[in-house]
Amino acid sequence: MPHAALEEKKWKGPISMPETEIVEKVAINIKVNGKAYPRQVEPRLLLVEFLRETCDLTGTHVGCDTTYCGACTVLMNGLAIKSCTVFAVQADGSEITTVEGLEKDGKLDPIQRAFGDSYGLQCGYCTPGLLLSTHQLLAHNPEPSEKEIRKAIGGNTCRCTGYMNVFKAIRQAGLNMKGV
Amino acid sequence: MYPRSFHYHRAGSLKEAVTMLGQLGKNAKFLAGGQSLIPLLKFRFANPEHLVDLSFIPGTSFIKEDSGAMHFGLMTRHSEIEHSALARRIPVLHDCAAGIADVQVRNQGTIGGSLAEADPSGDWANALITLDTTVHCLGANGTRTIALSDFVTDAYTTALAHEELVTEVVVKIPPKGSGGAYLAFKRAAPVYPSASVAVQLKLAGDVCEDVAIALGCVGLTAIRATEAETALRGQILNDKTVATAAEAARAAADPQSDMRGSAEYKRQLIVALAKRAIQIAARRARGEKVEGAHLYA
Repeated sequence: MPHAALEEKKWKGPISMPETEIVEKVAINIKVNGKAYPRQVEPRLLLVEFLRETCDLTGTHVGCDTTYCGACTVLMNGLAIKSCTVFAVQADGSEITTVEGLEKDGKLDPIQRAFGDSYGLQCGYCTPGLLLSTHQLLAHNPEPSEKEIRKAIGGNTCRCTGYMNVFKAIRQAGLNMKGV
Repeated sequence: MYPRSFHYHRAGSLKEAVTMLGQLGKNAKFLAGGQSLIPLLKFRFANPEHLVDLSFIPGTSFIKEDSGAMHFGLMTRHSEIEHSALARRIPVLHDCAAGIADVQVRNQGTIGGSLAEADPSGDWANALITLDTTVHCLGANGTRTIALSDFVTDAYTTALAHEELVTEVVVKIPPKGSGGAYLAFKRAAPVYPSASVAVQLKLAGDVCEDVAIALGCVGLTAIRATEAETALRGQILNDKTVATAAEAARAAADPQSDMRGSAEYKRQLIVALAKRAIQIAARRARGEKVEGAHLYA
């Protein structure tokens, strides 16, 4: 291959982001796990990127990035949402709970313990999302039926476990929370 | 994935939102819950220069009963309707709200945003068209009320003017002896249904006095299966009349083959869903408590 052609193929650094004429930033303040995070953000910044890139809370995962898999699930004012499908500016003033906010004083919360005890995970990528969906379910219903569990985690995709241990973990978590 | 950059505006009132959109011009859009719009923005199918956020406007999320009708505010979340004891009194509404996508999307998506989006596979328009539903709107020239049947005009197209928004969805409470059901068939929770059927009927004894049947995801808008309705109206509901109506629904469906299945498969789904929805609606009209829900592959 001629030298010039090789030169052309040489890596010239990352492909630059598309031209952005709009650089204005919006001041927002989101409370994450009880701590305020005042930030200046681009309006198009997604909540999941706000958490990962500007708060350094990387426990919330980006899976499909298309509102399908639920790996990015967090609680917004106590309700599970997909943080890849909410702009950070929309969450201004709200209270967010991420997986980092579940443990207290270095101790795992009952849901986290149950997922560990029941082997309710394999690779763990979907686990933060599953934990928070479970959180919303058990907050109102500590003894859910299998049908209710299925409905509650319908928006969370796990590609490893086949869900049976996840069901077990969620039932166990409910019992943990009741102190049984 | 990032959308193209846009200017962000936060409206403090509905009136201000309308004024903003008017002033910002054609490249501006309203942002409600964002569960349809944000994916479109991320894929860059929509590239507005300005977004006017409606979610900070006070008093836009409510469910209330007033003079024989149920009123839903623009920003009322699907999950609020799902858990509302009031909305449960109209089973079609509960079935629909409880089955839209998954828990996370229902917590964030809104009834007003969903109707204004007019996605051919969306759930609300199909469920609501079987009821006496009107859409209250606010635009540059003030308020107006549009019957839902005139509201959705085409795929992703409504009667709304550019700067006009939905403020309220009003559903007349059906008379005694009525029952309804909304069934959708989905491949998984987070996806749009492959096909859906909504039925609202009124019984007098065994005779079906009145009925509305609508088909979703099998046309550019929800389709009223008028032949199927005719097959039931004034008739005794039995296996034979229900089967005739379901066959008429198949003929009314106009599906396209896509990743959710072939056109023929979707027609077959419509037949099965129609039969089941009519039967559930009839049992509910008789006062039975029947769980109707979205069905999964």
